[in-house]
Amino acid sequence: MLNTRLNLNKDVFLKDVKRKSPRDGFGEAIANLASRNKSIITLSADLSESVKLQEFKKNYPNRFIQTGIAEQNMCSIASGLAMEEKIPFVVSHAVFLTYRGWDQIRLSICMNNLNVKICGTHEGFSNGPDGASAEPLEDIALMRVLPNMTVINPIDYEQTKTAITEISKIEGPVYLRFSKAEIPSITTKDTPFKIGKADILTEGKDVTLISCGAITYEALVAAKNLKAKYKIDAELISSPTIKPLDEMRILESAKKTGFVVTIEEHQIIGGLGGAVSELLSEKLPTPLLRIGVEDAFGESGSYEDLKNKFGLSAHRIEDKVVKFLKEKK
Amino acid sequence: MPTKNKKATKINTEDLYKISNKLKQTVIDMLLESGTGHTAGSLGTAEIFSALYFEILNIDPKKPNKKDRDRFLLSNGHICPIWYATLSERGFFPKTELWKLRKINSKLQGHPKINTLPGIENSSGSLGQGLSQAIGIALAAKMDGLSYRVYCMTGDGELNEGQIWEAAMFAPNKKLNNITWIIDRNNIQSDGNTEDIMPLENLKDKLESFNWYVIEIDGHNIEEIISACKMAKSITQRPTVIIAHTIPGEGVDFMENKYQWHGRVPTKKEAVEAKEKLNSII
Repeated sequence: MLNTRLNLNKDVFLKDVKRKSPRDGFGEAIANLASRNKSIITLSADLSESVKLQEFKKNYPNRFIQTGIAEQNMCSIASGLAMEEKIPFVVSHAVFLTYRGWDQIRLSICMNNLNVKICGTHEGFSNGPDGASAEPLEDIALMRVLPNMTVINPIDYEQTKTAITEISKIEGPVYLRFSKAEIPSITTKDTPFKIGKADILTEGKDVTLISCGAITYEALVAAKNLKAKYKIDAELISSPTIKPLDEMRILESAKKTGFVVTIEEHQIIGGLGGAVSELLSEKLPTPLLRIGVEDAFGESGSYEDLKNKFGLSAHRIEDKVVKFLKEKK
Repeated sequence: MPTKNKKATKINTEDLYKISNKLKQTVIDMLLESGTGHTAGSLGTAEIFSALYFEILNIDPKKPNKKDRDRFLLSNGHICPIWYATLSERGFFPKTELWKLRKINSKLQGHPKINTLPGIENSSGSLGQGLSQAIGIALAAKMDGLSYRVYCMTGDGELNEGQIWEAAMFAPNKKLNNITWIIDRNNIQSDGNTEDIMPLENLKDKLESFNWYVIEIDGHNIEEIISACKMAKSITQRPTVIIAHTIPGEGVDFMENKYQWHGRVPTKKEAVEAKEKLNSII
C-alpha cells in the first residue's frame, strides 16, 4: 500500500520495527551540518542536552552559545548574529521557545526577514508526563501567522535529519518542530524531501487524510486499518511543510476523494487543520474533519495514553473517519 | 581616533552643539509635519546623536554597509525622529525624506525598520530587544575577529522590561567589551516619572553588580559624551554602560521634564515657539 516512488521504510508496519526519536535525528544532523558550514551557530536556553546538542557543543564549543533560561534574549541575540551573516539555530522545547520568544521572533527575526532557524522540540504530547504546561499544542498556529516564516513539522527521525540540511539552504526564518517520542520511521534516507512539498504516502480514492509531525505514524496505521476493516480506501498525504502549504497536491486529492481529514498533534484551531480549511473554503469547498486537540489543554500521561485520550491514536482516528464519512455521504 | 574618522575629528565641540541645536529644530519640524510621534526623548538625546554620528562612530554615509563600521542600534525606537534627522544631516539620505515621517509609503516608519533606509541597523518598537540584538552582533564580531564596536541606546523606562536584564546578565558574562550601552536616563515614561512608575534607582549600583563598567554623564555635555565613549573603548574585560542623564525636551523650556511630552507633538504655535527658544540658545 505504501507509495513505491518514495523509498519508504518497508518494515514500518512490523511489530518489532525500530523506533527512533526525531530529536536524535536533529542532534546528529546539526553536528554533521556544522562540520560542513562554519556559519552554523546554535543557541540554547539551558536545555542543550535535552535538545541533543551535546555533540555540537563538544565539537564546536566556539559556535555554541549558552544563554541561560532566557528565551527572549536568546531569540534577539540570534537576530543580531543573523544580521552579521551567521546562520543561528535557536533550539529549545517548542513550548518555551515559541511562546516566551514570540514577540522577539516577530520583531527581531521575522520583521527583518533574518536567517534564523527556530527549532522547537518535544512537540505535542511527546513530553507527556510533564503535563499541560510542557505540551506545545499551539505553536504551529503561533508561528504560521508570522509574515516571512516557513513552518515545517517533519514526520520522523530521517525526515528531521533531511529537513535540517534543507532549511540551512534557504534564506529567511524557519520554524522547525519535531518530536521527542520514539516512533517508527516511515521515511528512509532515500526518501525525497522538499520544503513546501507534500507527499502521498498511500494512494486512495475514498477520503484524503493530511497529516504532519510524528502523529503521521498513527495516521498511516489508521489508513491501513480503514482499508482492512472498512474497505475505505484512504489517500494519506504527509504535509510536513505547513507554510507554505502544498496547495496543488491537497486540492488535487480533495477533488479526487471529495472528503478531507486533517490529523495533527496540535489544536484543531490555527494549525494544519486551520491551514487546510482556509485553503479548501476559498478554493474548493469540501467536507472537512479536523482531528487534533479540541480547544483544550493537555495533561500528564504516557505518550500512548495521551494520544488515545485526545483522539489521536490510530484506532481513534479510524473511528472518527468512519463516522465522518457516514455522516457526510 | 581612527584615521578614517579624520573628517569628523575636525569638527570642534562648538560645531557639535550647533549641530545638536539644528537637529532639535529639524525634529520639531518633522513632528509638526507628521502630526504624531514622540517629542521629549528625541530632543533630549540630540547631543548624544550628534556626538556619536559626527565624532565617535566609524561610519561612512557613502558606504553604509561597510564591514568594519561601528554599529549603532536604537532600542527605544519611538525616539527615531532624532535618529532619522541625524542620519540625514550626516548624509545617509536626502533631507526631503524627513517630511514623510509616519506617512504612507514612507521609508521613515513610526518605529525603525531595518533595510528601509541606509544607516538603520535594527528594527525596534517593542521595548527591550535592542540590547540583545546588539549582543548578537557583538558575538559575531568576536567570532570573526573584527574590531568594530556595537553601540546600543535604550530608554530608562524601557528598563522595566525583563529582557533588558537577561541581556544585562549575558553581556558581562561573555566579556563583551565591544559593546557600549547608552541609557537615556531622562526619568520619564508614558504614564509618569520613572521613579513613580517602577523605581530604577540605584541604577548605577544595579548595573555595577551585574559587572558592567558604569560611567555616569551629563547627556547634554558633549565633552563628557565623547570622553565616556573613548573611555569605554579602553575597558578590556567587560562591556560598558553609559548612564546619560538627560532632560527630556531639552532646549524648549515648556517641554522640559514634562512626561506629557513623551508621546505628543507640538501644535503649530508651539512649534514656532519651540524653534524660537532653540534659536535663542545658539
